[in-house]
Formats: sequence, C-alpha cells, structure tokens
Amino acid sequence: MLKNFADYIVFNLFSLKPGSHLGEALDFFIYDTIKIFLLLTLIIYLVAIIRSRFPPEKTRKILSHKREYVGNVMAALLGIVTPFCSCSAVPLFIGFLESGVPLGVTLSFLISSPMVNEVALVLLWGLFGWKIALIYVGTGLLVAIISGIIIGRLRMEKYVEDYVWEMQVGKSEVKEPSFRETLYYAKDYTLGLLKKIWPYVLIGVGVGAFIHGYAPEDFLAKYAGKDNPFAVPLAVVVGVPLYSNAAGIIPIVHALMEKGMAVGTVLAFMMAVTALSFPEAVILKNVMKNRLLAVFFGTVAIAIIMVGYLFNAIL
Amino acid sequence: MMKIEILGTGCAKCRKLYENALDAVKQSGKEAEVVKVEEIRKIVSYGVMSTPALVVDGVVKTSGKLLSPEEIIGML
Repeated sequence: MLKNFADYIVFNLFSLKPGSHLGEALDFFIYDTIKIFLLLTLIIYLVAIIRSRFPPEKTRKILSHKREYVGNVMAALLGIVTPFCSCSAVPLFIGFLESGVPLGVTLSFLISSPMVNEVALVLLWGLFGWKIALIYVGTGLLVAIISGIIIGRLRMEKYVEDYVWEMQVGKSEVKEPSFRETLYYAKDYTLGLLKKIWPYVLIGVGVGAFIHGYAPEDFLAKYAGKDNPFAVPLAVVVGVPLYSNAAGIIPIVHALMEKGMAVGTVLAFMMAVTALSFPEAVILKNVMKNRLLAVFFGTVAIAIIMVGYLFNAIL
Repeated sequence: MMKIEILGTGCAKCRKLYENALDAVKQSGKEAEVVKVEEIRKIVSYGVMSTPALVVDGVVKTSGKLLSPEEIIGML
C-alpha cells in the first residue's frame, strides 16, 4: 500500500518515468522515509513502555552474584530491555560490580545494551526484513555473551580502576511509575528520540536513494562481495567512528547491499557502528585501565569480525 | 534552605535538567539552591545508575529522566 502511494506521487503527480534514475531514486526515498518513520514511532513507543518496567536497579538485582554462562546469557538478554545511554555507562558499571555482578557478566550487559537497540532493530526489520533483523539480534546476543565469558575467564579484575572496588553505592528509593506515568514518559521518550534522529534518517535514506537510483548494479560486488577477505575487517574499522549516526547508516547500508555488499559484511559493519564507539571508550577509561579497555574492545571487534565471516560463508 | 542536586556527567540531558530545575525554583518562588554534581564518585554514592538524576535534600527523586520544570515543582 505504501509502495503504491510512493509510486503514485512519483510517477503520476510528478510524472517521472518508471525506470529513470531520478524516478527510481525519488520513489525509493518517499517509500523508505514513510515506512521507517511509521515503524520507528510504533516500536520506540512500545519499547519505551517495556523498558520502564526494567530500570537498571532491577537488572542489577537480578544479575547480582550470578554465575558465569547463566549470568552472561541473562545479562545479554536484559541488555535489550534495560534503558541505557552511554553517558550512564560509568555509574552503571560501578553499580553492577559493587553489588556483586561479576566483571564478565557486567561486560556482556555493556556490549548487548547499545548493540541490540530498538532503532537498529526497526531499521533492519523495515529495510532488510524480519530474517536479517532476527539474525542481527541473535548474533548480537552471541557476541555479547561470548565476549563477556572470555573476558571473565581472563580474570582481569585487577585492571579495573582501584577506586571502583572501594565505592560505597548508596540506596536509592526511586519508586516505580504508575501505568499512566509510564505511558506519558513513553510518549515523551518517543518524541525526544524521533526529534534527535530524524535528520540522520532523512540523510541516510537520501544517500541510500541516490545509490539505489544512480549506482550501477553490482558495483560493490567486486570490493565488498563475499570473495574479498578484507571486506569484513575493513567494514568494522570504518564502522567504529560512525557511532552517533546509527540511524543514518542503516539506510545507506541497505542500498549498498542491493549493489552487491555481502550480508556478513553488512552485519559486521552495523555491529561495529552500534557496539564499538570512541565516546564510549573515553567514558569507560574512567573505570578501566588501558589493558582491560584494549582487551574489551579487541575481543568484541574480533567476535564481530567472526560473525561477518560466518554469514558470508553460509548465506 | 532547600538543596537540589542534579547528578550527571555532563551529557546534554543533564544540562537541560539543570536549566529546568533553575526554572522550577524561579517559578515556584521557593528558596532553593541548585547544584550540579558531576563527579562520578559522588554520583554513585547516591545509588544512582542512570543519569541525569534529581536529588532534593539528599533524597534521590528520579533517575534517568529529563523532567519538565512543572514536574520538578511537584517534587519540591
């Protein structure tokens, strides 16, 4: 139905020719923009309601003194529903460790929380279909679980800044919001987030539409196709500095995939964009010594690269 | 005098909450001092895990939320 609407505007109202570069690009732009904003509004609102039921205090209680494996799996899953902003990463890290959440379990949470987020999920679902969205969620959780287990095994507690272990975390008595308050905050949150990301989405869809309409078919197949072994690591390296623009990146990547970028490379790229970021590294430097920080980012990067190779091999 | 503390490590939301708190005090006409707390150790000592948080006279009222001036007035 949306497709017909976009077709009608472009080919009837603007009388552009189907199959022309401008016509195809504009059609793509209108269709994708409407679809993405409808999905974003709906999903962000629903996720905001679910999230209000899982404040970090509750998550911490659940994870406290959990063992390896079970703890890592639960931490990665809770990372999806617990609201998280990288500016709160430090108090969260200290709060978790102080209440007896193991280091590896805490890190599983810190990896999954930004990576498996609602914006990435909506865009993947809307543009790539539910299969790719599910694969992204599944492998994202796996990366978080495995990286957390590995770092936990390395016994790196001594590379956490010393003061963290001496902290006394006070009791906070924030009461749970009523359902009415929850709906109100969910609305507020949705509008706030949409306001923040809409320019990136528009720019992303615009660039994507341009590639869709003007770039020749398969022009990326040679460089970013399955046969180039360097495509996956390169995608990860390029993805790291793009953090703040996750909403704008996915529509571009979608168009790149159409032009021959392999699925595994696409997944690795998106995970790098969401999970590895410079600002987060700078923030975590407050609580981690260099060695732990390097191991943390190194492990996650390697896990993401493996996911990329795996899906390039099987899909 | 009432003491309002805004806990946060300097993100955009924290700055906005600080401004809203100043607004709330002005509108309500109450005598209160509004302070920013940016030191991470102090933030954690309040038991707060998501910022920004609003503390009135040493009691954490909300965390991880950007409140409007009207909402803050309701908590004073």
